[in-house]
This record gives sequence, C-alpha cells and structure tokens, in this order.
Amino acid sequence: MIDREVKELEAAIDQIWDIAVGKFGLDPFPVHFEIVPASVMYEIGSYALPGRYSHWTFGKAYHRMKMMYDFGLSKIYEVVINSNPAYGFLLETNSPIQNKMVIAHVLGHVDFFKNNAYFSHTNRRMIDEAALHARRMNEYEFTHGRKVVEEFLDAVLSIEEHVDPNFFIKREQPDTKKKSGLKESKPEGKYDDLFSRAELDGGKKREHSEKTEKRKDAPEVPEKDLIYFLLKYSPVLEDWQRDILAMLHEEMEYFVPQMQTKIMNEGWASIWHSRIMREMDLSTSDYVEFAGLHAGVVSPHKGQLNPYYLGYKILEDIEKRWDNPSKEDKERLKLTGGIGREKMFEVRELDNDISFLRNYLTESLCEELDLFVYELVDEEEWTVTEKKWERVRDQIVGNMTNFGFPYIEVADGDYKGNRELFLKHRHEGVDLDMKYGRKTLEYVHRLWGRPVHLETALDGDSLVLHYDGSEHDED
Amino acid sequence: MSVQRNDWSLQRKGQIDQERHKERVRDAIKKNLGSIVSNESIILSDGKRVVKVPMRALDEYKFRFDYRKKKHVGTGDGDTKVGDVIGREADSGQGLGQGPAVGDRPGQEYYEAEVDIDEIAALIFEDLHLPYLEEKSKHAVPAKTTKFTEIRRSGILSNLDKRRSMVENIRRRARESGEANLGPFKKEDLRYKTWEEQVTYESNAAVIAMMDVSGSMGEFKKYIARSFYFWMVRFLKTKYDHVKIVFISHHTEAREVSEEQFFTQGESGGTVVSSAYKLALDIVAQRFPPKEWNVYPFHFSDGDNYYSDNDEAVRLADSLITTCNLFGYGEIGEEGASSYRRSSGALLSIFKDRLKSQNRFVGVRIDDKEDVYPALREFFGKRGEAA
Repeated sequence: MIDREVKELEAAIDQIWDIAVGKFGLDPFPVHFEIVPASVMYEIGSYALPGRYSHWTFGKAYHRMKMMYDFGLSKIYEVVINSNPAYGFLLETNSPIQNKMVIAHVLGHVDFFKNNAYFSHTNRRMIDEAALHARRMNEYEFTHGRKVVEEFLDAVLSIEEHVDPNFFIKREQPDTKKKSGLKESKPEGKYDDLFSRAELDGGKKREHSEKTEKRKDAPEVPEKDLIYFLLKYSPVLEDWQRDILAMLHEEMEYFVPQMQTKIMNEGWASIWHSRIMREMDLSTSDYVEFAGLHAGVVSPHKGQLNPYYLGYKILEDIEKRWDNPSKEDKERLKLTGGIGREKMFEVRELDNDISFLRNYLTESLCEELDLFVYELVDEEEWTVTEKKWERVRDQIVGNMTNFGFPYIEVADGDYKGNRELFLKHRHEGVDLDMKYGRKTLEYVHRLWGRPVHLETALDGDSLVLHYDGSEHDED
Repeated sequence: MSVQRNDWSLQRKGQIDQERHKERVRDAIKKNLGSIVSNESIILSDGKRVVKVPMRALDEYKFRFDYRKKKHVGTGDGDTKVGDVIGREADSGQGLGQGPAVGDRPGQEYYEAEVDIDEIAALIFEDLHLPYLEEKSKHAVPAKTTKFTEIRRSGILSNLDKRRSMVENIRRRARESGEANLGPFKKEDLRYKTWEEQVTYESNAAVIAMMDVSGSMGEFKKYIARSFYFWMVRFLKTKYDHVKIVFISHHTEAREVSEEQFFTQGESGGTVVSSAYKLALDIVAQRFPPKEWNVYPFHFSDGDNYYSDNDEAVRLADSLITTCNLFGYGEIGEEGASSYRRSSGALLSIFKDRLKSQNRFVGVRIDDKEDVYPALREFFGKRGEAA
C-alpha cells in the first residue's frame, strides 16, 4: 500500500468515526488500525490475540487458515482485539471499499466490547497480559523442557472451555468464609444453587450438604470451573503447572464473553457497517462493490446458522418493533413506538446470545429466516424434524448453553475418600462423543494424578467412565 | 485513532508453531510406520517425492457431544418442511459427506499429512542392515566420501570454523592487550575447515528378489509382495552403494525380469517354486560366486506350490542357504485370513520343518498390510554380524 492510500485511509477513518460517534451515538474505545500482510492476519486470527504463547494447535490452525487463503477458499478481511485502545487489523490486499467497510464494522465491535455488560470485567490490557504469559511460558519451556510443557498444555487445553462464566462474581473474595467462620451459619436448602444470598451479596462460595463426612480440606463441590478446581486442589501439580492453569484461566475469562455474544456482536457490527457506509459519499461503482460485500457477509448459509445474518436480522427486527409496534406488541408489551434506536442500544448493553434469542427471536422472524431443526434419522439421513417456532428457538438456545460444550462439573474431589476425582456430565438429552470423552479423561488424569471418573449417560442408560492412569473401564 | 504500517517480515510465530505441528505429525508418522509402509499412495507414488497419507493422531480431544446424536438448527430457502432431507450421512470413514456440512461440525479429523518418502525411508531404515555381511576380498568396490579433517588459515568463507576463529580471536587479544575477551576480528583470527577425499571399500552384495506371479497371487498378495520389495529396493539403494539386485518372477517357469517389469507385470498359471530357486542358483553360480559376493535371495509367494514340487523346492532352498548369506521367504495369506488356514500344507511350514540350516533362514507370514513393516524388520533387523 502506498503512502497516498494510507493518507486516504486515515481520512476515511476520521470520517467513519464522526459518523459512528457523532451521528449514530456509538461509543467505542479509540481504535488503533494496522495494515498487515496475509500471513500476519492469519497468525493473529489463529491465536485470537497477538503475541500469545506457543502451542502446536495454534500452528495447526494457522496452517489451515493460511491454506484456505492461499487456495482462495476463504479470506479474513478483519481482526479486532478487545482492548483499550482497541486494535483493528486490515489486510494489506483489501480494496479501499473493503477497508472502509471493515473499519466501520470494527467500530461496531469495539462499541460492543466497551458497552456490553458481559465484557465489563474483561481485561482491557489483555495484549500485554498475553505477552507476559507468553514470556513466562517460554521460561517454563526453558526450565522444564519444551516437550514437558507442551504435554502439559495439551492436557489443559483439552478442558479449557470448562471455566465458570460467572467466575468474577463468585470469587471476588475467595477464602473469606474460612476466616470469618460464616460457614456454619449459612442456610442450607435445595435452592441454594439458585438463590444463595450470600453468594450474590458477598461473593462467597456455595456450600454443600454432604460436607460433613468429608475430610476438612476436601474441596468444595459441585464445581463447574474445572480449571480453577484443578489449579486449587490437584494433588500432583507443581507451582509452574498451577501458574499455567492460572494463565489459561485468565485468558479464557477474557474470551468467554466473546463466546457468549457471537451472534449479537456480529449482528451489531454488521448493522453499523451497513448504516455508516450508507452515510458515506460513495460513487455508484463503490456502492455496488460495498453492496456485494455486505450481502456476502449477512447472507444465510443453507442448513447452517450464520451469526452475522441471524444477529443482523434480529436487531433490525427489534428496531422495527420498538419503532412501529404491531397491534399484538402494543397490547402484550405495551409498546408505544418511536424508541427503536434506544431499544437496540439497551439490548447491546444488557443481553448475551442466549437472552437475546430467547427474548427477541419471534415467530415471524423464524418464518422469515426459515429456521428449522434437523437431526440424523436412521443413521443416514439428515432430516428436518421440527418447524414449530418455539421449539426451534428453544433448540438454538439449548445448543448455545455452556457455549455449545457439555456441562461437566466436579461432583467429588475426594471420591471413595481416596482423593479420586469424580466428574459429572449434566446430561441434557445429547450423549457425549465417547471416544473423545475417554481421551479427554486421560488428560484430566494427567492433571489430577489419581484415578478419575466421569458420570454420563449413553442411549438412555447411566454410565460411569473410569480411568486409573493405565486402563479404561466403565459401568 | 491512527493507521500504521509496520514491517512484519520478522514476525514468524505462526510459522514457528506450524513447525511444532509438523513435528507432531512426524511423531505420529513414526508411531504409524506400520500402516504407512504399506500405504497405496506411497507404493504407487510413481517417483513422486511427497505423498499424502491420512493421519488420525492429531485430534485435539475435548469433552464434546456426539455430533450425530445432536439436533441442529439451520436456515433454509423459505419453504422448508418437516420431513425434508437436507443431507445424507456419508459411508463410514469417508469424511464429511454430503449435505449439511455445518460450520461447527467436528467431523472426522483426518489430517492429510504430507510425507516425504525419503524422510519416511530414513525412519524405516534407521536400524536395518544386511545381515551376516562378510568381507569378500575381490571386487570390493571403492566408494569416495569426503571428510573434514584439517583446519587452515585460508579457505572459502562457507567453510569458516566459527568456534576456532573465536578462540583465536580471544587468544590474540589476550596476547596483545592482556584481556581475554572477544573483540573485532582480524584476518589472522580466521580458521577454515578443509576436507579430504577418503576412499572406503564396501563389501559386495547381491540381492535376488523372487516373486510368485501365478494365478493364485491375487491383487492383495501381489500388492503385499510389491510393497515389501518397494521398500527393500529403496533400502538397499540408500544404504549400500554397490548392491546388485536381480529380479526373478515365476509361475511354473521362472525368468529374470527388469525392475520395471517386476513391479508392474501380472501373470497367471500354476506355481512351481523350484523353478525360481533353480534360476537363482544358476545366476549365483555364473555372476555372484559366493567367494566374492554376499548373496541374499528373497522370495515371496502364497505358498500354494504344486505338491509334487515341494521336495525339490526344499532341496534347492537348502542349497541356496548353504551358498548364500541368508535366505528370506515371505508367505502371503489371504487378506484378513484367520489363523486356522495358516499352516495347511503351505510352503512356510514345510520349510520350517524340513530345511536343514534354519539359522540362515528367515520365514515370515504376512496376512495384512500392517505386517509388511514387521517383515522388513524381520529380514533386515539386528542379527548376528559376521563382519
């Protein structure tokens, strides 16, 4: 890219910023844009953060993305980092119109990062933090050997998604209860999980009624946050290993809100890139190019759910309904109209994908998008089995629960009084991939160092997998 | 708000980790040599150096749902109805198949590893050698090798000995200033490596590759024999500069063929094993007198010899053994044959019972593609060294 084009880009950024902030009321962090070659684009894309620690899985992702790009199968136009100031990366081969659209899209994301409630606890200096992690990881590789660290990381990464998304609420003041002696005075009841006042008020952890016969230092259960649990209670880990668990936990805390708001976030950015671009003085040919790009981004993918498309459609629908409510909306939701924009901004502040879909995916939208549920019938045909809109909606929401991962928690950290680890899969109708389950259990064993068990169900029957470090068993 | 354009040319993190991934692939290859050795894409590689081999070992395991038991949601064209079939599950093992190749689909993660045949060969041949190789005085062929033997003050820069040059630099500075540390280099500090040509003598060896191409040798059996010989020939050519290889194919009659014919021709007819052994003995007598040559006959067959020929076959095999360093015989069973069929009157069991000199005889049974690699190790693995 020649200097003149950079100058033009700078001017475009100022213009887009003015439209986004001045005209539409977006409120993003300042954004630092950087023009990079494809190799760097794919690198940042595959690591999700620049300067992150090394692991072969990133190399694998990088290789795959790069190959897709080299073969012209897919192309990333843009990568944006949630930080303050935020970072937006532009591909050096982008056309000027592509760049303008990407810049507008990035501003939408950054506004979302800054204002959505689920991001409020994310570390806005995560790039620095990730670089520090990378350096520490490097030192551990130097001290303990690359293979040793790699094997440990293999194990941790196999369960990295199993953190508690509400971690920061629950652990704000860890260990206070032990000191203050609150332990015994807490009320105990079957709804503790749901309505623990102490938890909401003081951030103290839940208690459980089985604790009496356990040894004093027995870990508290159930615990959804496997990484945290292993970090705290694993009998075999060394300090550097616990440090790695802590680092990866921190990185997951940073990524979880992005996993929780994929549809909204992309929908939000797409709404604003399209509106901002329409405010720009584009020549006809530029406008045609933009329209083509935009249509490519927010188009339905048959048989799939394109988050850009879904989010875009729902947000537009919200604006429409709150501006000009239907008769039914007027009656049922007491809408008076004229507040479409405000409502959209409220949703971007308060919702995540689950509440977003649960609250705003309507019957008419389901029809318009032609949403359906499909499943494998007779082991051979992927067949549409449901079109009723409530069921379809519930299925999407259900599939998103726990970011699409099975919900697995520690049920006992001192199983059989023998410091064995008992995990429980909260089975909600879909079986686990058993081969993967067994393999992952091996990794958990590597982290726990003693026999591990996983309770789940298979074809309707309860099943417990066991792994003792050398052999698999089940009953 | 700003735009920047930096020089990213030194940014290589992605490549570095890609290299780590490749290393994992190589490790996986090592662990899967058994199946790779007999992989079609290698055996039929036609001189290509790099082939693709499906590898499974690089999955990133996680707790995940069984994709096939899960209900999914998708968008349609506008008129989708309950009961519509939107995709079909592919036949087992064939990857994603048709239809809803959904974005979050975990899929069978077949990783197509790009494999350099030479690299695999190096792994396979690591500890293989010709057994019982003896020094035979005559005909020993000189082989030239170069070896860096000397250090000089002048030479070409690519042969600069950095370590010695640094030591010289420190020495000189210590002499001149009394401080022994590294400083600016002068021409006199530099040291260069130089080489000498060395002549080594290698023992002569000849390998006689015999293959049964009779009618009973079906596709699978021929494939097995060929993949064994494919690697054997490669192994001999990489490790031994001067090994002569003779190819004999036989049914009821034997004849000497070219390497290309050996690997490509199909024939039919009955099986008279002794015909091949007789031809082999003739060739040995004429061209590779055992006083001057290490000789290694190998034979692959399904063991379905004419009954009347068995006595003669055993007799000739015995004389092969006494004239040669080692006689290897590989018997190929039906694909996936069960064990009860294994011994029924086939040649291997006859050889094992009746050959006089068992210690220079190696017989293996191959029922499966995966057995080719063990067979190679059986023939060329560690064994008494007579050299």
